[in-house]
Amino acid sequence: MDWKFTDDAPIYQQIMNIMKRQIASGELKAGQKLSSVRELALEAGVNPNTMQKALAELEREGLVYSQRTAGRFVAEQGDIREGLQEELMMEYVDEFLEKMMKLGFSVDEVIDLLQKKAEKRQRRQMRMTENERSE
Amino acid sequence: MIQCEHVKKEYGRKTALADFSAEFETGKIIGLLGPNGSGKTTLIKILAGLLTTEEGVVRIDKKPIGVDTKRIVSYLPERPYLSSAFRVKDIIRTFEEFYEDFDKSVAEQMLQSLHIDTKSRIASLSKGNREKVQLVMVMSRRAKVYLLDEPMGGVDPAARDFILKTILNNYNEEACVLISTHLISDVEKILDEVIFIKDGELVLHESVDRIREEEKKSVDALFREVFAC
Repeated sequence: MDWKFTDDAPIYQQIMNIMKRQIASGELKAGQKLSSVRELALEAGVNPNTMQKALAELEREGLVYSQRTAGRFVAEQGDIREGLQEELMMEYVDEFLEKMMKLGFSVDEVIDLLQKKAEKRQRRQMRMTENERSE
Repeated sequence: MIQCEHVKKEYGRKTALADFSAEFETGKIIGLLGPNGSGKTTLIKILAGLLTTEEGVVRIDKKPIGVDTKRIVSYLPERPYLSSAFRVKDIIRTFEEFYEDFDKSVAEQMLQSLHIDTKSRIASLSKGNREKVQLVMVMSRRAKVYLLDEPMGGVDPAARDFILKTILNNYNEEACVLISTHLISDVEKILDEVIFIKDGELVLHESVDRIREEEKKSVDALFREVFAC
């Protein structure tokens, strides 16, 4: 796992996001057993209390569950995974929009730009399929 | 676990600690942060029982500083203290004799993972390895309080990681760990709380999460603001 932390948010929230991303991408699978808090803390190089807090929050959100003696597991996903993917998508879009605003583009300009880019992509794809056909 | 109430310490006419009050709980790793000469080492030495105070009350585990507290406090001094003529194994023996809570097997295991031969003399070790040996000894005690004064003082970034992992891997979850350092960005992610100290006075005592949540910046960044010259 890649544990890199930025300066602007609490570390437990960043741990939650990293693990959510792994659940969304399927890197962490439903029913998979998680390492102990101590092991995970050591792996990430963080305080065990911080790791504990992140896992407790993930549990509260229903993404992981614990069994008294057996340890902690990734929850059965179903809609959760879709929800996470959507959440992640919104996050990326927000990030992208913010960057564009900082560069001085308006929302309309960004939409326009995206449209042009999408059309260009489509044309290129069509050209490629045509070329394949003519070969 | 640790209580300081209105602690005052002076060196001649210079005030090292002025009316310092704070409380530290068990199960927490606390960063003691401040510029040079702010009183960090003085505070640690008082808690370790090496300095007495002019005024105020200091208690560890509800007891005044003395023989009882030294038994449960594991202290890493800022400067190297291992005699260079000794071999590593002699130091292990000394620790075993002095401290009931010293776990020899833990120390030997850590040294092995560092590829440090217990037969080598301290003088033959590199500066980084000497610091690691000291930390290994201090962390091999099952203490209730760990006082670490600049544990990463003179080591390279790779060794810093080792030192942080050693602390995380070995501290007793019911213990209280106090780390003084100026390498904040390296240590920040293993801390529960931080204490900012300036001219012997407490400036801030706050949880790292809350600083990041409320200030939207790292402890390191906040420190630079508070102590900007």
